[in-house]
Amino acid sequence: MASIAATIEPFGPRPRPFFTPTRIIIYGIIIVAALYYMLPLYVMITTSLKGLPEIRVGNIFAPPLEVTFEPWVKAWTSACTGLTCNGLAPGFWNSVKITLPSTIVSVFVAAVSGYALVNWRFKGSEFFFTCLLLGSFIPYQVMLYPMVMITAQLKIFGTLWAVILVHTVFGMPILTLLFRNYFASLPQELFKAARVDGAGFWRIFFQIMAPMSLPIFAVAIILQVTGIWNDFLFGVVFAGTQNYPMTVQLNNIVNSAQGVREYNVNMAATILTAAVPLIVYFVSGKWFVRGIAAGAVKG
Amino acid sequence: MTDIQHAGALGRPVTADRPPGLLHNLFVRNLSAKVAATPMVVIVLVVFIGCTLWSLWFSFTDSRSLPNGAFVGWEQYERLFSARRWRISATNLLTYGIFSLVFTMVVGFLLAVLMDQKIRFESGFRTIFLYPFALSGIVTGLVWQWIMNPTLGLQSTMRGLGWTNFTFDWITNTDMVLYALLIAGTWHGTGFVMVLMLAGLRGVDEEIWKAARVDGIPTWRTYLQIVLPMMRGVIVTTLVIVGSGLVRTYDLVVALTNGGPGLSSEVPAKYVINYMFNAGNLGQALAASSVMLAAVFVILIPWIVVEFGPKKAR
Repeated sequence: MASIAATIEPFGPRPRPFFTPTRIIIYGIIIVAALYYMLPLYVMITTSLKGLPEIRVGNIFAPPLEVTFEPWVKAWTSACTGLTCNGLAPGFWNSVKITLPSTIVSVFVAAVSGYALVNWRFKGSEFFFTCLLLGSFIPYQVMLYPMVMITAQLKIFGTLWAVILVHTVFGMPILTLLFRNYFASLPQELFKAARVDGAGFWRIFFQIMAPMSLPIFAVAIILQVTGIWNDFLFGVVFAGTQNYPMTVQLNNIVNSAQGVREYNVNMAATILTAAVPLIVYFVSGKWFVRGIAAGAVKG
Repeated sequence: MTDIQHAGALGRPVTADRPPGLLHNLFVRNLSAKVAATPMVVIVLVVFIGCTLWSLWFSFTDSRSLPNGAFVGWEQYERLFSARRWRISATNLLTYGIFSLVFTMVVGFLLAVLMDQKIRFESGFRTIFLYPFALSGIVTGLVWQWIMNPTLGLQSTMRGLGWTNFTFDWITNTDMVLYALLIAGTWHGTGFVMVLMLAGLRGVDEEIWKAARVDGIPTWRTYLQIVLPMMRGVIVTTLVIVGSGLVRTYDLVVALTNGGPGLSSEVPAKYVINYMFNAGNLGQALAASSVMLAAVFVILIPWIVVEFGPKKAR
């Protein structure tokens, strides 16, 4: 056997060596770029673990000589936001109180709208949907003041309800698009069969459509949780001082602090604020990507 | 008769025993579906159309802290374009926007091309390039504010390493602060462009690549002259999304420089918020926001042309 094999010429494409010059250049560029993108995260973490004297030496890239968690404790419990010195903890809980209901309400409303748009078209439904999509391009500043007046009329301005309402309204375009496209890709026969069997609007939604759409619900929830957590403008305008979300409090801690600037506390506070979206992002990975890609690339 | 035709045209089963009347059709038939669609209709009519028209109308009044001013025609707009702060804000946004758009698009596309070379650990690298996009503008601004801090950040680090003349004070330098903003902004946004471009590249038919290889066209030319034109749709969509996001630039500036030093990094979105809530000059704020709206529509035009315009035969 071996002698026969030895006489046969090798065939097929020549196996490419792994380290061709082109590959090395490609990997080189990608790795350098990746290091650049990682750099701020690294700086954030190392700075937050240093003491102030070590920071004043002035090497921002040096790893901490003496690891201290004091800045983290201070950022969480006693950093000053300009008015009070309770740290970021109240802001964290405010953000939780804003993000949870806003996400649930906006995802539910958008899911039902997307379902109505696909399966229960009414006169002008496509017109309203187009308006909704175009509306997502209107700068928030244009609609901000009238929204303040509306929430004031509803007697909810300066409360968590106002923020929840605003997030639901402005989350509608992208989420409705997401759900509409997903429901449209499901086989219509399912809907028709359920309809023939006498199921109504809500029954079809809850017992057939929703259970089949868990992936898109996950995408929508990821999109909303990160988006709402990261919001600054609506929080600062609608929430009222005692309900300021974490982003607003973080900005106040860092930018309106008086006296000695504690860079390590600032960075610890920044990581704490970034933690929720970062965890969501690293855990969900592909689904996060799917969410932002689905909103932009149709079909 | 018309009612029945109407119902039939919608493809809904009509109750056989009783042809529905107009009122019945409007309010009772498929009641749940109508209730469910109400939020969308209300949001479109009240917020997107109503609030926008309201703002446009009151931008023609001399309202101060409350919307009760008298009609003054184009006065607010004249004042706006003669205001130094607005002119700085608008030119800043134009400079920053164009640089940022070109930079994120080019770098995003190049990264996507590199990621498309069947590399190992692709998802790992993608995770690294995209994570800044998961962070808020505030967080991004504060991190870069710290890195670019002239006394303790990158500048002092490099000086400590021996380059005693190394200067990197863009964040406090009136002429360079926009480029500091650019560094933070592109770090935040390129991953997003890369992901969309990568999706576009993966959507290109494998046969195209085979044909190009058979014809002996070098890879870079295939990308530039065949693949790139095929991705026109993705590119326009990305441009529109990134562009309309840039017009809104707000929290990044608030966190990174808060408009300073002086007015040198002010942007229109900040101008609006400032006049709306702090300076109590609503008419002026609304005029500025209307100009922002107009800018967004200029950006939207290429997208509308591609999406709804006459389709060219390929």
